[in-house]
Parts: sequence; C-alpha cells; structure tokens
Amino acid sequence: MSEPIFADDDTIAPPRQNGELVFAAPWESRVFGVAAALRERGLFTWDEFRVHLIAEIADWERNHAPGKTYSYYARWQAALERLLAEKGLCTPAELEAREHALAARPAGHDH
Amino acid sequence: MSDHDEHDHDHDHGDHDHEHDPAARRTALRVGALETLLTEKGFVQSAAVDAIIRHYEQDIGPMNGARVVARAWTDPAYKRRLLENATAAVAEFGFGGAQGEHLVAVENGPRVHNVIVCTLCSCYPWPVLGLPPTWYKSPAYRSRVVREPRAVLREMGLELPESVEIRVWDSSAEVRYLVLPEQPADASGLDESALANWVTRDAMIGVGKPHAPERR
Repeated sequence: MSEPIFADDDTIAPPRQNGELVFAAPWESRVFGVAAALRERGLFTWDEFRVHLIAEIADWERNHAPGKTYSYYARWQAALERLLAEKGLCTPAELEAREHALAARPAGHDH
Repeated sequence: MSDHDEHDHDHDHGDHDHEHDPAARRTALRVGALETLLTEKGFVQSAAVDAIIRHYEQDIGPMNGARVVARAWTDPAYKRRLLENATAAVAEFGFGGAQGEHLVAVENGPRVHNVIVCTLCSCYPWPVLGLPPTWYKSPAYRSRVVREPRAVLREMGLELPESVEIRVWDSSAEVRYLVLPEQPADASGLDESALANWVTRDAMIGVGKPHAPERR
C-alpha cells in the first residue's frame, strides 16, 4: 500500500503572493525563524543543524507509533533542541522547566 | 509531559486545525518555551525572528526561480551559463545566500524529465524556490519518488509517456537542484516577464509542467 503524498494542510492552504502558505501554524514559523536567527548570529551553521534534522526525521520514521501524523516542524524543533544542548546554549532541563511554567499559566495567556 | 489541553484560547489563529491537535499544541508550547528562554539569554530577538519569517513568507519564493527560467527560455547565452554554473547564473539576479550555494540546474527535454527530492530531510534551493511545500517534506514523497517516480508523478497529475526517462535528483547539503522545464509550445513569442507567469513552483521541482497563468 502506498501512502498519500499530500498532507491535508497542504491542500487547504490559502494561496500567497509567492505560492502557497509557507507555514501551517504560527508556531511553525516561530521555530523556523528562531533557528534562522541563531544561525544568522553565527551560533551554528545550517550543516550542523541538518545533521540533527536528518537524525530526528530518521528516528521518527523508524520509531513512530502507527497512525501518528508526521510533523516536519516538530522534527525541526527536536533537532534544534539537540543542537542547542550540544552547544551548551540551552539545556533540556531549562527547557522542561520553562515549558511547565508556560503550561501552568491561566487560559488566555498563551502568547 | 504536562497536560495543558484544557486550555481554551482560540483568538487569532483559531481557524487552524493544528490548534486542536494535542501533539501540535504541545510542540507549540515547547517552541514558545524555547523562544522565550533564548530571548532572555540574549541569543535571539523577537524583531529579528519576525523579520526572518516575513522575508521567507513574502520576499523569497518561486517567483525568483520563475524569472530565472523565463530568462533561460529567451536568452540562449543565459541558459548556457545557468546549466554550467547555476549558483553564478542566479546571482546575476541577486539571488543567493543560505541554502543556495552549489545550485545545479537540470534541463528537461523531449526524452528526459527531471524531478528533485531530498531523501534524508528537506534540502531545497531556498533562494530560487522559497521554502519547500509540505508534501516535499513528507516521508511518503521522499521515499516513494525514488522507488516509483512515474507513479508518484501520475498521482500528482503529471502523466509522462513511457518513452521519457525520469531522472530523480537527491538534494543534499552539497548540491541543490532546480529543474529547467521545457518552454510550452503555446508560450512561444512571449517576452521574458510574460513567460515568468507560466513557470510554476511544481514545474521547477519537476512534479508539474509550466502552463498558462490562470486568470483571477
């Protein structure tokens, strides 16, 4: 059985000046933009990032539970986390703590 | 993992299905956590991130590549330069930078059709095509277009005769590809700027053919 090529969000994306919507959700654009900004600052190279991106994608493809939806930018986020940990720029523990703090905020303050 | 699914904050982007998908919401929270941390550490600034996003959403995209292809169709000397050294040829338009180094243009003809993929991740010539579409990054496209390109192209609406050889180019950090499609017969006699409107992103990936611009 072959898998479908088109993801749902690709077919419903509203057209943009230069083609279609680049990001399907605001968080996708943020995680892309953060990585690009760090790379512009010289904190890592795209080649360094790519090594982690390939590893995260391969890991998902080998180990994901059946029926799970693939998210490219979730892999991007995971790759960025690993690279930042490797570089000593942001530890997993710091990130966990901040995530819990954000999750604990009352509804309506998600930005 | 913390449980925050009971949150209800639909403002601004409530029309995205992703906001209702628990996994996507968890990743969104994680992304927010990372950005605020990195901002506090002084590694990124929100304004710089905003500017980058705007740049990729609005300034760079397949219209750049379309101008390159249209010039190659109308200027044989430019076409030679493009096929010899695409990085230098697109730099004549001022296109270049991240993910555009080592660009190679592959030319379609009556007997050869080229299609590009990145089997390992999502390598793509950003300066001429912008960021890749969702399907280009999907596991299905990345694995299947190599194994059964003719079937994949057919599913995407491009039926090629058996006599046409399909060449699949796997992009990498070292080399990014741009497909130079054939100029449609019914587009002869048009000038460069009119022709650019015939060139689609899909034609430059190799999963479609150039066609007359749709009227709006």
